Amino acid sequence: MTPNDYTMLSARFGRSDGHKLAVYEAEGGYRALRKVLQDGMSREEVREEVKGAGLRGRGGAGFPTGVKWGFVPPDADEIYFFVNADESEPGTFKDRYLLDYDPHQTIEGTIISCFAVKAKLAFIYIRGEFGWLVDRVQKAVDEAYAAGYLGKDILGSGYDLEMIVHKGAGAYICGEETGLINSVTGRKGQPSIKPPFPAVQGFLDKPTIVNNVESVASVPFIINEGAAAYKAFGTEKSCGTKLFSVSGPVKRPGVYEIPLGLPFREFFNDWLGGMAEGEKLKAVIVGGSSVPVLPAEEIMNTNLDYESLGEAGTMLGSGGMIVIPESCDMVELIQVLMHFYFDESCGQCTPCREGTGWLHRIVKRLRGGGGTPEDLDLLEHVCDGMAGLTICPLADAAVMPMRSFLDKFRPEFEALIQETAAAAPTSRWPRGEQE
Amino acid sequence: MSPSTDTGAAFELSDVSRARIDELVAQYPTKASALMPCLWVIMDELGWVPPGGIDLLVDKLQVTSARICEVLTFYTMFRSEPQAEYVLQVCHNISCHIMGARPLIAHLEKRLGVRLGETTPDGKFALEGVECLGACGHGPCLQLGRHLYEYLTPEKVDGLLESLRRGEIPRADTDRELED
Ligand SMILES: Cc1cc2nc3c(=O)[nH]c(=O)nc-3n(C[C@H](O)[C@H](O)[C@H](O)COP(=O)(O)O)c2cc1C
Ligand code: SF4
Repeated sequence: MTPNDYTMLSARFGRSDGHKLAVYEAEGGYRALRKVLQDGMSREEVREEVKGAGLRGRGGAGFPTGVKWGFVPPDADEIYFFVNADESEPGTFKDRYLLDYDPHQTIEGTIISCFAVKAKLAFIYIRGEFGWLVDRVQKAVDEAYAAGYLGKDILGSGYDLEMIVHKGAGAYICGEETGLINSVTGRKGQPSIKPPFPAVQGFLDKPTIVNNVESVASVPFIINEGAAAYKAFGTEKSCGTKLFSVSGPVKRPGVYEIPLGLPFREFFNDWLGGMAEGEKLKAVIVGGSSVPVLPAEEIMNTNLDYESLGEAGTMLGSGGMIVIPESCDMVELIQVLMHFYFDESCGQCTPCREGTGWLHRIVKRLRGGGGTPEDLDLLEHVCDGMAGLTICPLADAAVMPMRSFLDKFRPEFEALIQETAAAAPTSRWPRGEQE
Repeated sequence: MSPSTDTGAAFELSDVSRARIDELVAQYPTKASALMPCLWVIMDELGWVPPGGIDLLVDKLQVTSARICEVLTFYTMFRSEPQAEYVLQVCHNISCHIMGARPLIAHLEKRLGVRLGETTPDGKFALEGVECLGACGHGPCLQLGRHLYEYLTPEKVDGLLESLRRGEIPRADTDRELED
């Protein structure tokens, strides 16, 4: 297997003309939309095809896409659809490739998805830092309108759909689906308690489906070739292909489309070319910064699919694979991450707002030479007070890397403390300091 | 940094931007839902949202100024104060960190003579550390407005600063969509 064997999603990656409507159409683009709207597939049939394909949400949670669509109450008449292109999970840069090199694939997938749930308005929510990408996608949406794929009476089918490209403004939490929805209502992007789930009560209190870019981009293939063709890739429960965005000092970083279930060892050695000159593999965060880290020897024997990664103690997440070399200090890296979660906590929930701050300050103090042996227990204690106790999973997203770094690389934390403990045996952490 | 609601200062916004705001209000499903894109229109023209901009949106969107200030301060890219001419935002998150963001920041600090988070005395350059910019495999990277510079080295950064001092914004890889 080589990188070029799998092009369900990535056929036009790296090309300079793939974003143009004429090119996309010449290569079979909008055929799936015609099949749905002109050959008269019903909403039910589209949903069943996607369900049957076993497509799971590519935004991180891996929830089956067709099943989610089925949660929209059948009698609802005002339904909204959001494509989540907030892509802010550290290590993740795949949706950017999809929208940059092949925006029409995502637009076509979105139109079909909207039809399946009877949505009348779709937003593509692109993170504000991708200003250049917003223009790219807006241009493609304009082309799609001009060609009659959007607007009133699409392809003469009687189906109407409007599409708005919405630009975020710098907030990781807006990637969380309810934060995303609240953001577009003109509020702070703070998540809401679930239930009610957006599919039942979301944007403007109406049923709303939120899907990741890669999830909707997978839909045209499924409609064109059928669920069985999609399931031919991957494993029994992890169907299809998945994009992995790889960063860190490997020979060939970048975005790769792999059949789920590919052994990491093969991906690493043959596709990525192994580590860059002079570097040695230490650990991998396989699915974006929020999933547990795995040391080299553990990841080397794992396959890249939802189940195998779960058994190995981590998660597939967004597919944002961060490769960590031996030359990196793990405590330093976790400080970088804890700073991030502290910065990005929206502040609504006490365990998250305070907990992320504590974790950051404790790690920072450890590195500053003021750590005590009790600090490691304290880190764990703070984690215990955060996980599963908040409105959205951002608190868990901070706890998972924190706990796993401590668990898998404890000697590095201990070494820091012992140095300081020898120099200054009394606690350097007066109780009043935590404010 | 809390946005001022002092309405004394003169506020000027082009007719093009005002028309764009009206268009957005008509396009979005509710007036309030057009708040973010309307703030972007003002940001794009002025580089920040002055008090008069808040007043304008109170009027156009029928939302309170408190709500607008709340949104303005929640999102890091909206600014309620004038900015340096060139705001250099260097990613300091994990992937860029592994690939050398810190030495790059140190280099910029030296070249600009300011610390991270500061602005040069002439108001020309601000140096900021920001979270992941979605360029993880292309790091280290920095963002200047809508331009994303990737695969950075000290030499590349020097070239960038030199161009900016001449008032030229060099082409970034991500600028290609403007050209075709
Ligand atoms: C803190 C946080 C950040 C998230 N960021 C993103 C994101 O940038 N992009 C994304 O698609 N999903 C993100 N998600 C997941 C979304 O909440 C949601 O599950 C997803 O968009 C659903 O789409 P899918 O079912 O197609 O995966 C985030 C979740 C959390 C808790
Ligand atoms: S868990 Fe954190 S980010 Fe999520 S809603 Fe609560 S405070 Fe906000």
